[in-house]
Amino acid sequence: MSTIATGTILWTLIQSARWTLALSLVAFLGGGAAGLVVMLLRAGRSAALARAAALYIDLFQGTPLLMQMFMAYFGLPLLGVEVSPWLAAALGLTLYAGAYLGEIWRGAVQAIGQGQWDAAASLGLGRARQLRLVILPQALRLAVPPTVGFLVQLVKATAVASIVGFRELTRTAEIISNATFRPLVVYGLAALIYFALCLPLTVGARALERRLGRA
Amino acid sequence: MDDLAALLAGAAITLGLAGASGIAGMALAIAAAGLQRGGGRAGRLAVGLYVELIRNTPFLVQLFFVFFALPAAGLRLGAWTAACLAMTLNLAAYATEVLRGGFAAVSPGQHEAGRALGLRPLAVFRLVVLPQAIAASYPALVSQIVIMLLESAVVSTIAVRDLTYAADLIQARSFRAFQTYALATALYLALAVGLRRLLLGAGRRMLAGGRG
Repeated sequence: MSTIATGTILWTLIQSARWTLALSLVAFLGGGAAGLVVMLLRAGRSAALARAAALYIDLFQGTPLLMQMFMAYFGLPLLGVEVSPWLAAALGLTLYAGAYLGEIWRGAVQAIGQGQWDAAASLGLGRARQLRLVILPQALRLAVPPTVGFLVQLVKATAVASIVGFRELTRTAEIISNATFRPLVVYGLAALIYFALCLPLTVGARALERRLGRA
Repeated sequence: MDDLAALLAGAAITLGLAGASGIAGMALAIAAAGLQRGGGRAGRLAVGLYVELIRNTPFLVQLFFVFFALPAAGLRLGAWTAACLAMTLNLAAYATEVLRGGFAAVSPGQHEAGRALGLRPLAVFRLVVLPQAIAASYPALVSQIVIMLLESAVVSTIAVRDLTYAADLIQARSFRAFQTYALATALYLALAVGLRRLLLGAGRRMLAGGRG
């Protein structure tokens, strides 16, 4: 029986939660960029590109995140890229987030009626400026609440990175639990930290949604 | 060829887990939704706390808690049972939320009509309101079951012999990791698409009003 104090365990877990946050942030930024491309392809004129974007979404929403990370971990070396758990986790989560954000944002763009496109076209705007000046400002309002809601999913999804050996909150909890034989305390505290990270986002998303409903 | 058989055996375990937790999870979600509606303030509070706790923590941590931490509290479970319990608790929380939306879609007049027929409150819930709430939220419930099937890939970490576990064993022996995981991923995709079609098709035949 180890004598590591509960306070020390908590502090170590909180320290490791920084990596959970860093991974979430990287995946959100990378996934945001990928999601933007997906949304543009789906709103664009090329049917082939729109189909390719839809296929990407279906593939990444229809397979486990863990498999996506393993494919990144074992696939990148085949392309001659040296891989670390951090890179595999970041790439896997980025592609995962890109599929979900792309789908959310596509839905927001689609919710803006055809009349707005027609009105913008009748002002003599080209397709790109119709999207940028007329459609996106309206779609953005609709997109914010589900995007914040997806952040909760993303923060939780980073726990899967522990399986490819990236030392974030869950991996650290495993290591401490194995060393101290106090799984009840360690996993309980880890769950509480995730809860503290996610609950504000959940509550925020709900408040934003209500405000949108009233407006 | 043996490898393919091993993957298919793993896929059967994965599907079995999804099926068992799907049935148990839906039963638990219906009970939770009933408690939320008819259990007074305490019922609403308890269900709300359960739903938020599950929805704001990762499934993997919930799994580790059930498998590693509950034995410290005196409840020792086998790997398959622990995985099934964690999946059931997780799925039920999301399904409770979905069902809440389904109940909101059923007009209050339905409840009053049931009462006017002389049915007791529990019978009104079971025979009148619940079938309509399930029919209204059925596609979203199916989505949750499919999401749980995909999330179950992480139960390989507690040595449940599911599809991912089979792939882990094969790649460790053959050193063909990418091909093995690609094949396993394709099988997951087929399971997800197949399960969704099956459940949506069954819903069209069985649900109130032929919707779903």
